[in-house]
Amino acid sequence: MGNTVLDVKNLLTQYYTNGGVIKAVDDVSFSIPKGQTVCLVGESGCGKSAVAMSIMGLIDGGSGGIKNGEILFEGKDLLKLKKHELRQLRGNDISMIFQEPMTSLNPVLTIGGQIMEPLMEHELISKKEAKKRALELIELVGIGRAEEIFNSYPHQLSGGMLQRIMIAIALACSPNLLIADEPTTALDVTIQAQILDLLRSLKEQRDMSMLLITHDLGVVAEVADYVIVMYAGKVIEEGPVVELFKNPKHPYTKGLLKAKPVINQRQEELYTIAGQVPNLATLTPSCYFSERCEQCMAICKEQMPKINDLDNGQRVACWLYEEVTTV
Amino acid sequence: MESSAVTLEKNKKLPRSSSLWRQIARRFLQNKMSLIGLAFLIFIILFSFIGPFFSPYVNLGVDPTNINQSPSAQHWLGTDKLGRDVLTRLMLAGRISLLVGLGAMVMSVVIGGVLGIISGFYRGIVDQIIMRIADVLMTLPGLPLLFIMAAILSEWKVPTEYRIYIVMLMLSIVGWPGLARLVRSQILSLSERQFMQATEALGLRDTRKLFKHLLPNIIPLLIVSGTLSVGGAILSESTLSFFGLGVVPPDASWGNMITSANSLLDFQKRPWLWVPPGLAIFLTVISINLLGDGLRDAIDPNMRRR
Repeated sequence: MGNTVLDVKNLLTQYYTNGGVIKAVDDVSFSIPKGQTVCLVGESGCGKSAVAMSIMGLIDGGSGGIKNGEILFEGKDLLKLKKHELRQLRGNDISMIFQEPMTSLNPVLTIGGQIMEPLMEHELISKKEAKKRALELIELVGIGRAEEIFNSYPHQLSGGMLQRIMIAIALACSPNLLIADEPTTALDVTIQAQILDLLRSLKEQRDMSMLLITHDLGVVAEVADYVIVMYAGKVIEEGPVVELFKNPKHPYTKGLLKAKPVINQRQEELYTIAGQVPNLATLTPSCYFSERCEQCMAICKEQMPKINDLDNGQRVACWLYEEVTTV
Repeated sequence: MESSAVTLEKNKKLPRSSSLWRQIARRFLQNKMSLIGLAFLIFIILFSFIGPFFSPYVNLGVDPTNINQSPSAQHWLGTDKLGRDVLTRLMLAGRISLLVGLGAMVMSVVIGGVLGIISGFYRGIVDQIIMRIADVLMTLPGLPLLFIMAAILSEWKVPTEYRIYIVMLMLSIVGWPGLARLVRSQILSLSERQFMQATEALGLRDTRKLFKHLLPNIIPLLIVSGTLSVGGAILSESTLSFFGLGVVPPDASWGNMITSANSLLDFQKRPWLWVPPGLAIFLTVISINLLGDGLRDAIDPNMRRR
């Protein structure tokens, strides 16, 4: 257990909306071992970004809040830290890359200024030293012409370059945990691959842990060590990446994997999971996926399955396997 | 090939003069009306601040032998009832009127800007208190409020040399609420932008967020509304001085020079006493407004009225 960087226990995050209270993250637990990449997968609105926001403490108090659970980072509960203690952790030991690089940088400040900020804030180094480090970071994330980039403004760079800059900012203080919230969604496919390669190699160089949030299974296959599949705020299946891809258990995970185009295989039409994500405000005690499940049984409509360990290290929350284990 | 290399070199050396500011300058220079405004404003500033050095009458002041002269070669705009040269007084009055306008603007931008940023950033109870005070000040009509404040000051017998500073302060008290609201609404919308969330995720302290991230984003807004408010401040000062409540004699301001129009005789027979200051106020305020409009269009093309 000493090797665990982040340990999330029974996290419950709610949002208040006009339709009522929504459980965006409902009793989610997972941990990230040192040097490993954990992927959170799920479709839009399943609560994967809310997990990241909860860890970073970015849930706006007016619109939601963390109602239960613990988020242990290197043994310290982030939810119990004082504001200034949390500030010292963020950007320093934990940092985050956002989905949209174009809007995540301040348009009126230079790139260099923004890379220097966390350095000067957390490492208390001089401006000159910070500039030197910033230039090194720009080189590190694979952009040449560091001096020129340093002095330019966000609107002068492309999306892929900006995401590299975001990575540079996130890595500035050598964090132990990097949270990447759909870091490649806003980028085109060729750039996606480059960014993922970059993240993977930097992670290995620095022995950093990473929580990668994505809806793209291709990304998962490429970088993850361990995968967590979320649906409607719940974890429905998790396991080491190879096992999960080879042998998906939950009908939802199976559906997701079936919905992926396979190269060199002619398909008339891609498989789709029928129906839509249920309205989170009007959930009833049932398996939340039951409406869309092809193997739905009577019990699925009445009771929520618990998450159970399987023999090969996978965990799944589905009645199909509940019976097997109990009988 | 070589010339482009040279410009690139320049870009490197001058990160501040980014393409953004150059674009603004170019858009501004395309706008004829605002250039006219700027030109006239420069003229008025030179006229008021440099002009008196060329006038032989600056130190003479009162000259009982030479009262109420009509314009002539010696006195281009005639003399007033105390024998003072009207042109020279117009210049000296311009100094005070412009200073009061500028000072009131700076004060209301500082007060309004700081309070607006604070209430937009911290929200909650602080925001409520600041905005309610602003609401109260905005519901009271400005002119009567100024009159009351000025009357109280006259009761306290404030020495005349301090009077113009007090007038600046009064004008900024009336002027800040509008600006604070504008700034607050900008801050509120900026706070929702993702880069502000990113600063939170980076663990930056509040002062850095406020002054390095939010302030630079609202500077264009401050420049534009500040410029436009100078005109309003000059008008209010003139109004107050016209009623003898703002800048009081012996200090001259354009407002208290027009006071002579109060007397029927001056009004009918001696237009050189009140037409020039009236024109000066009119043209200055118009050119400031043209300049402000031009700046607004140049800085934020989306704000332009169609």
